[in-house]
Amino acid sequence: MTTGGSRLDPWVDSYAARANAMRASEIRALFAVASRPEVVSLAGGMPYVQALPVEMLTATAQRLLVERGPVALQYGSGQGDVTLREQILDVVGEVGVTAHPDDIVVTTGSQMALDLVTRVFCDPGDVVIVEAPSYVGALGVFRAFECEVIHVAMDDEGLVPQALQEALDQAAAAGKRVKLIYTIPSFHNPAGVTQGPERRAEILSIAQSAGVLLLEDDPYGLLGFEGEPPRAIRADDAEGVIYLGSFSKTIASGLRVGWAIAPHGVREKLVLASEAAVLCPSNYAQMTVSEYLATQPWREQIKTFREVYRERRDALLESLQALMPEGTTWTIPAGGFYSWLTLPEGLDATAMLPRAVANLVAYVPGTGFYVDGQGRQNLRLSYCYPEPDRIREGVRRLAAVIEGELELVETFGTSHVLNRVTGSSVPAPDLA
Amino acid sequence: MHVLVLAGGLSAERDVSLRSGRRVADALRTERPDWEVQVADVDASLLTLLGDHRPDCIVPLLHGAAGEDGALRDVLESLGIPFVGSGAAACRLAFDKPIAKELVSGAGLRTPDSVAIPQSTFRELGAASVLEAVVGRIGLPMVVKPTRGGSALGASIVHRESDLPAAMVGAFAYADSVLMEQFIAGTEVSIGVFERDGDVLALSGVEIVPEGELYDYSARYTAGTTEFFCPARLSEDQEMQAQAMALNVHVLLGLRDWSRTDLIIDSDGQPWFLEVNVAPGMTETSLYPQALSAADVSLGSVMAELTEAAAAR
Repeated sequence: MTTGGSRLDPWVDSYAARANAMRASEIRALFAVASRPEVVSLAGGMPYVQALPVEMLTATAQRLLVERGPVALQYGSGQGDVTLREQILDVVGEVGVTAHPDDIVVTTGSQMALDLVTRVFCDPGDVVIVEAPSYVGALGVFRAFECEVIHVAMDDEGLVPQALQEALDQAAAAGKRVKLIYTIPSFHNPAGVTQGPERRAEILSIAQSAGVLLLEDDPYGLLGFEGEPPRAIRADDAEGVIYLGSFSKTIASGLRVGWAIAPHGVREKLVLASEAAVLCPSNYAQMTVSEYLATQPWREQIKTFREVYRERRDALLESLQALMPEGTTWTIPAGGFYSWLTLPEGLDATAMLPRAVANLVAYVPGTGFYVDGQGRQNLRLSYCYPEPDRIREGVRRLAAVIEGELELVETFGTSHVLNRVTGSSVPAPDLA
Repeated sequence: MHVLVLAGGLSAERDVSLRSGRRVADALRTERPDWEVQVADVDASLLTLLGDHRPDCIVPLLHGAAGEDGALRDVLESLGIPFVGSGAAACRLAFDKPIAKELVSGAGLRTPDSVAIPQSTFRELGAASVLEAVVGRIGLPMVVKPTRGGSALGASIVHRESDLPAAMVGAFAYADSVLMEQFIAGTEVSIGVFERDGDVLALSGVEIVPEGELYDYSARYTAGTTEFFCPARLSEDQEMQAQAMALNVHVLLGLRDWSRTDLIIDSDGQPWFLEVNVAPGMTETSLYPQALSAADVSLGSVMAELTEAAAAR
């Protein structure tokens, strides 16, 4: 309420209630420091695009503009370029998914697909079941549509079926409408774990029995370090699963090309919702991806990415094993970008972050991956971007920070801080 | 004239500093279109940059350590490059809150009673007994904050003794030493000071009314969450006393060009010194630009004047 002073924003009383949480955040301020080269950032999730064959990409982009410029620079279809949709079938074939090109909706990154699916299915108050912890970008979308988000426990093999069943039962008993079960079955962000085949089958069976749509997010599925890529849940149910995929990690995140594969009725609505939101995904970006897939050895490039990330994962795990204080545990990712670390009892990852950044290492505090304040003792470490030597140095610094924090906790008998942190506690997407 | 605005750095206030730097640079370019105004971060390439393209004057807008503790200004003084703002020695006094308070108190100005204690002392003597002794002296409520640093990072107001350990952990996240200060209820006011033609001038006070109890990071940098009154809702006498305190602090600590003093006006109308800033924030929601605007003085004109004066030193 204005009483004659200035609040420096004339629209302050006009914002939607959901904008209340959009505030300057001291955690975000710390991530601004993490962008400096002196800091070893184990915080961001930027793919290592330097591993791409830049000359070939340059030639691809040039050829595209010279030969098909008028099309590439024009509006396109709301559903996405048909040639690309056919090529996406080759990509998802790697995880066992078969579909028709018409089942695919191309989106501006799979983040937009998340937005569209939620927009189409969720009214305010509807329940979305997610893993504990879950991808922060998905939580942001669910919150924006005012969904009730319920976290379900994970173990070393991801979402725990029994806990999922209990959550569904409790929601039903409370008369709540559960619209989506959101899961990242392969190389989870942030937990770093992967559901085995039996676990996937159990989860699918529970979703089918409950009549709830499964939203399978699979950006890392092709980035496993051993064996064949895990078979997608969607491969075993075309009607009960919406599958989200992305070229952000397998080609380049800057192109912003992702997709949803959805049952017919859903797909029609996704296309209309997409047209309402953005008219169409970028033709230029789609055609660049399409040209790349048509002319470059993309499967070989994915192998290169796997090798890069495996070497970095190994550097992280070896350093953690060698340096972390007693009582610290972490997940062992078999692919993807992340390991989920649990601090010794009593430590608080959010409270510790300023000290970490002052000691030139950054991570993402665990609370950002929950909607309900869980995750204080956890943090996400990403190994996708820094070189192995930098990762080792980062872990060395982090270990010293944790030792210092243990001393602080021992001195004061608590690791919690008095003031609640407001605003976002995760970095912007452009942090390495 | 070639002017280099330094912003960014490695402190937790990096983002604030970058915004301050860009804003001041834009204001200078608008005010003096013929000047070459650059913005640079402070990193390993800075000295090379200064060597290759030596500026006529530097405007340091780094917040937090390195920017305000005098270290960088020591380097600039060694290089003989003129800069806007206080010299290194004065910065060292102002940036360390306990030292600044001690000097201010020694000169007979009011500042809340306080104790500054490093983490090692708590560890050696036992936190519970040290905190008990501090509460015995200062009482509750009290303000707990890092001895160095700004933007209220790590600061909290403590009402219950049982909350003190959590407040200490929050403050020690940002510094190795913590200031525990008597809480003075009253009106929070900030006074901008600048020098012109040898005179030290005080701007009208900006009164701060945050949404919550504490004018914290979110309240400082989220437009709409804090209400500001400029001039502050003070009597003429109170305003004069507040301005006099800011001017006294500026002179007493040997500050130069500009500063911003934060104080509390208690229920009797008396000002209490809290801290002084040698590189005041210049973002869209910062206090100093609001005071200039209320005085109908453009940010660009003041910064250009200060830059010209510094370059001529």
